[in-house]
Amino acid sequence: MYVAVKGGEKAIKNAHRLLAEKRRGPKEIPELSIAQIKEQLSLSVSRVMAEGSLFDEDLAALAIKQARGDLIEAIFLIRAYRTTLPRLAYSLPIRTDRMTVERRVSATYKDLPGGQILGPTFDYTHRLLDFDLMETGDGNLSEKSEPDTGESQDSKASETEMPRVLGGLLNNEGLIQAEKLPENEEEHPVGDLTREPLEFPVDRDQRLQNLARGDEGFILSLGYSTQRGYARNHAFVGEIRLGTVSIEILPPELGFTIDIGDLEITECETVNQFQGSKTEPPQFTRGYGLVFGQNERKAISMALVDRALRAKEMGEDIVAPAQDEEFVMSHSDNIQATGFVEHIKLPHYVDFQAELGLVRRMREEQQDAHQQQAQPQQAAE
Amino acid sequence: MSQSTTASSYNYAYLDEQTKRMIRRALLKAVAIPGYQVPFAGREMPMPYGWGTGGVQVTATVIGPSDTLKVIDQGSDDTTNAVSIRQFFEKTANIDTTEKTKDATVIQTRHRIPEETLTDGQILVYQVPIPEPLRFLEPRETETRKMHALEEYGLMHVKLYEDISRHGHIATTYAYPVKVNDRYVMDPSPTPKFDNPKMDNCAALQLFGAGREKRIYAIPPYTKVQSLDFEDHPFEIQSWDEDCALCGSKDSFLDEVILDDKGNRMFVCSDSDYCQSRRDDSISPPVEHTLAQAAQMQSVNSEASK
Repeated sequence: MYVAVKGGEKAIKNAHRLLAEKRRGPKEIPELSIAQIKEQLSLSVSRVMAEGSLFDEDLAALAIKQARGDLIEAIFLIRAYRTTLPRLAYSLPIRTDRMTVERRVSATYKDLPGGQILGPTFDYTHRLLDFDLMETGDGNLSEKSEPDTGESQDSKASETEMPRVLGGLLNNEGLIQAEKLPENEEEHPVGDLTREPLEFPVDRDQRLQNLARGDEGFILSLGYSTQRGYARNHAFVGEIRLGTVSIEILPPELGFTIDIGDLEITECETVNQFQGSKTEPPQFTRGYGLVFGQNERKAISMALVDRALRAKEMGEDIVAPAQDEEFVMSHSDNIQATGFVEHIKLPHYVDFQAELGLVRRMREEQQDAHQQQAQPQQAAE
Repeated sequence: MSQSTTASSYNYAYLDEQTKRMIRRALLKAVAIPGYQVPFAGREMPMPYGWGTGGVQVTATVIGPSDTLKVIDQGSDDTTNAVSIRQFFEKTANIDTTEKTKDATVIQTRHRIPEETLTDGQILVYQVPIPEPLRFLEPRETETRKMHALEEYGLMHVKLYEDISRHGHIATTYAYPVKVNDRYVMDPSPTPKFDNPKMDNCAALQLFGAGREKRIYAIPPYTKVQSLDFEDHPFEIQSWDEDCALCGSKDSFLDEVILDDKGNRMFVCSDSDYCQSRRDDSISPPVEHTLAQAAQMQSVNSEASK
């Protein structure tokens, strides 16, 4: 028997109580601390900070805990918090060439100034479950790190010893396209999608912001699609670096810069093919990826998609989804996507009733028409 | 960043005043150009996109302490999301709420327009999922904006015509396109076409907020709103063979309630306040029944008639 839809208020309250119980789980198991999440699930924290667009490891860890490990839900919590924060100042551009590097690899040169630094990567792990971790254990921690043979450089290489591959090394020969800088940043300030409405067509600054905030899975698949031939722009990873950079602000009333903290970031620059054109001599082109925290998958994918989205600028035909800025930018945000996809579980019975009425009416009319058609035939027989 | 972890209190009606100013500018533009979609820098809200973030931002922007708010979803004040949005404003704007259409100064709605005629000074705020009426004919924003600018609506008429040639009807039953003030074709949000005539020459201000798509549009009071149609296929609204099983209304939008798995069903008003006040005002039965009782009677009756 149908029970009237009353008592939504009580139902919501009970749902929230159940959710809190589910989040905590059995009481005999110790509760996760924010510090544990922050330090031991740091790649989850990275993703939440990157797609939440807010660099705060503690809040990201809190969001992950509150969201029961659902990272998109955690990103949502961060976004909803971020949007309420006042903009106190805009920082100067970060200098990734002055990064304190933890990892840096180039796929285009065997060796290069500053060296190849492997850093903390899964790249050469064998994906075998480490059953030692089932119990609280230290895993590979007990193994001592082996001293460098001296082939590669010291990992504490200073900034002068680690020039950027694209900007510093390839550019020397003029082999890579020069990045255009706005002539006057007063007149052409860097866009901010969270403050101004998105209107197409857009410039690269807004595209990069959108990609940096975009869903890792979506960007990954789009990047992958370019490699499989949907807007192929064969890419080499010129350089990927992970480390910390300092953020500086320049308060106008002081006239000198102040270091206000550090960011951990992953940066990827790709070297892509380009045939040249009537106006441009043959040269390599670029894609760029930058994300908060450690996330090479996202940084590389972002660089691939960034390059694909530069089709118009390069005079290339737009033939694939990854080149279509309206398609990419309108669908990359997982908070928008998950909201709209999931909203169809909300009541739609008014609209459904309207459709139901029409379908019934059309069926009746069709049936009547068939009967009318059938009757004269029978009469003729 | 340690101070950021302490709980902070939010501004009145959640949005900061700069954001409200930005939205008010968009609203003013929207009112000045009826039916035109104004881009605005929609914020992330503490509820998901698709749950009414556009409507909530508009309501948060126009509401003040002296207002009385009503929130409906599917015509009802009691659906979970309506309850949730009402609680949000009770909490953040410390506002009086009501279920009575006539007592409300601001009404936020999803999928319905109240049955009771709205009056001067009321504001109706619609939650809009896809603001672009041409979206399903042309997915590109760059193209649809051009079509609006050139008043190029032929594609929409072709679509409606194809419906007629294929189905014998215009097969659009909700989000039925309208032309506002003889200029812009507008999506009335997914309200049933039953509600379209209520938009025409309406005394209340109608505001539309699409949060995910970041668009605001409006119909000022007493503005002409015309549902698209053809001379030989005039626009018509839905009607039911049944009356409301609770209040006996013959002219309101009815929801179908399934009673069992044998095909028994009954119909009740989708607008719960309208239905309730009709029952309160009426003297004769079957008005005193609860929905459940009415349902029981209905299935007994239909058993008997077999």
